This record gives sequence, structure tokens and C-alpha cells, in this order.
Amino acid sequence: MSTFDPGLRKEIIEAIPNLRAFAISLSGSVDRADDLVQETLLRAFANISSFRPGTNLSAWLFTILRNLFRSEYRKRRREVPDSDGVFAATLTTNPDQTTHLDFEDFRSALDRLPPDQREALVLVGASGFSYEEAADICQCAVGTIKSRVNRARRRLGEMLSIDTIEDFGPDQPTRAAVAAIHRP
Amino acid sequence: MEDEQADAGALGTGGATISQLRRGVTPAPGTTLGRDVQSKIGQHLRAMYDDVVRQGVPDRFLDLLAQLDEPANSEGKDGKASGEGKQR
Repeated sequence: MSTFDPGLRKEIIEAIPNLRAFAISLSGSVDRADDLVQETLLRAFANISSFRPGTNLSAWLFTILRNLFRSEYRKRRREVPDSDGVFAATLTTNPDQTTHLDFEDFRSALDRLPPDQREALVLVGASGFSYEEAADICQCAVGTIKSRVNRARRRLGEMLSIDTIEDFGPDQPTRAAVAAIHRP
Repeated sequence: MEDEQADAGALGTGGATISQLRRGVTPAPGTTLGRDVQSKIGQHLRAMYDDVVRQGVPDRFLDLLAQLDEPANSEGKDGKASGEGKQR
């Protein structure tokens, strides 16, 4: 049994925060995400000889994690209702530039996406993988990833636009301001 | 045209024009509202993700890697001394 080469070990450690973020987006639970990352590391260690140096280690680890999730965790997700969008429940702070309400809207919209679409969107839009890399990780065609990402964006856009309408609709000051501008 | 500009000004960074909101229109990506919502989606997504990334590497994973890396712990007897000659 071999040990991790020090360079590889360092790279693996550097990939862990990203693996966790991806795992949380898949599983919707921090605890399960961390278990998933742990299993990924064990699997990576056991199969380190199948990793070809010089290729994308991060994509390799993401692929392992995703496959583990697909084979074991998806069933569990159905069994254990965990619909409250735990992704952002881990968050201690909201991003400065957005309001709390916006952010809540966003995370609940993200949780409502079909898993395939959410996964593609996260890989491309947050993990920073190219469409090609995301296609490798998800073991599908590049065109499939592109269309999933597009559909995810469109659906989120629709959900968030509706939320926006609800937010702004009854806002009296805004309406008053608009009315004032429109007055000749 | 003029109305839309005025509306957009009144709403500030909100994105959609009031008249669009009132009509309940969800413009396709590429229109003003579409683009604003899309850029907001990107921001939120990265903010959410980066918040987890910023938490760094929990100790349990460093411990795990240290354990895995410990030759003594890997398959017991087949440790360093006997393993080295046979590698490859």
C-alpha cells in the first residue's frame, strides 16, 4: 500500500474546502457532506494508483465524490426529508452586498432545482470547472452540461423574478415614487 | 422607453422595471431583468459556495490524512521496511 506523495497530499488538502462546498450542495446537509468527503478521501487513497499525475486532481476527486453520492446518498436523501435547504443553514454571515431576504430566496430556489441541474450549475458557476471538466465529472456530454446549466439559470431566474415581484409589488413608497416621476 | 428608464431609476439596483413587475412579466435571459437576475444568481451562488470554502479544512480530514499517511497504519505488517523493496 502506498502513501500519498507529499505534493499530491498537499493538493488533496487544498481541494477539501471545495469538495465540502460541492458535497453540501449535493446532499443538502453538512454532516452528510462531511461523511461524503471522508469517504471520498478514503476512496482516493485506496485508488491513488489510478490517478495519473499531471491530470486534474480536483476533477478526479469531484468525480469520486459525485459517484459516491449517486450510489449511496441519493436514496437516503429521499428517505430522510431534509427539504429545508441546509446548504445555507451553515452560513454564519450573508454576503455584504445582498439583503438577507434575497439570500434566503436564492437558497430556497436553488434547493428546488432538479439535482442534475443544481450539480451542473454549481460545478460551472461556483467550483470554477469548465463545461468540459464538468462533463467529465458528471460523465455526460458537454452539450448536456450546457443545457443543464442553462435550464438551471432560467429556472432560478423565473423563481427569483417571481419573488422579486412579490417583494416589490405592494411596496407603497416605490409606487408613490414612480407615480411622482410619471406625473407631468 | 422613457417610462422604462424612469422606472429603472426609481428601483435603483432592484433590477426589474416597475412596469415589468406590475405586468408580472418574466423576461427571457438577455433582457434587462434577465441579465440582472442572472448576475445576481451568479453572485449568490458563489457567495454561498465561498462561505463554505472559507471554513477551510476541518481537523477531522487532516487527522484522517495523517492516519492514511502513516505507514505503520497501512495494512500493518506490509509497512515500510518490507514494502519498499517490493514496490513496483
